[in-house]
Amino acid sequence: MGDTLIIPGRYDRIQQACQFVAAGAAQAGLDDTAVFHVELACDEACTNVIEHAYGAEDVGQIRLSWEVQAGRFVITIHDNGRSFDPDEVPVPIPEDVANGTSDFPRVGGLGVHFMRKLMDEVRYQFEDDGNTLVLVKVIE
Amino acid sequence: MSETNLNVTTEIFKRAVLVKASGRIDSSNAAQFDAALKDVLAGGHENIVLDLSEISYMSSAGLRAIVAAHRECAKKKGSLVLAAPSERVSEVFSLAGLDSIFTVYDDVTAAVGSF
Repeated sequence: MGDTLIIPGRYDRIQQACQFVAAGAAQAGLDDTAVFHVELACDEACTNVIEHAYGAEDVGQIRLSWEVQAGRFVITIHDNGRSFDPDEVPVPIPEDVANGTSDFPRVGGLGVHFMRKLMDEVRYQFEDDGNTLVLVKVIE
Repeated sequence: MSETNLNVTTEIFKRAVLVKASGRIDSSNAAQFDAALKDVLAGGHENIVLDLSEISYMSSAGLRAIVAAHRECAKKKGSLVLAAPSERVSEVFSLAGLDSIFTVYDDVTAAVGSF
């Protein structure tokens, strides 16, 4: 069970990517809340690809795949942009965000934070052909 | 698939402006949402009620705009409060740890009446 979708790196195509993984998650047996978590994590991941790996829209493509592996829903997101390691993004502190001492409105640190909170596993790898992000949700 | 998914209307009350957003807020239309909030602030208002009852989905891109408007209201000695967010939208605030920073009302009447 699995599927692959390639979209251009544009913000207005992210919803299509979200719907693609959400449909897969539902097919894999995740409940409504987990499907929402997968959709939001995918949204944040694709947004980060455009903002940070490509640095702008229409620079490259985003390839998304999902599959079910031993009771786990696994999403793989690949781009050909520059290295963007989510582990290097600091987690914003809510109070700092509210009072303006965090740079959160400019940097998408919260998106990475969301991915970590919403998914059971977040793995990242950078190779010559770009970034690969793996997001895992356990099927309960 | 992008900006048509979001609609923003404003209604001016005596002590606050009601901003009603409907649809989906994500990175494709967050700039549109941000601009709508900035327009309200540029109009000289410092108190905003943000009606989220008809927002079906919001990513961190939407949060950025709301946090920025919240800060601007505070700078003007006003405030931005939230009205009737759905369970999904509330979860997004909670994920960000921002649920304790925003005042949330169950309905618009209570939110507008708070000013």
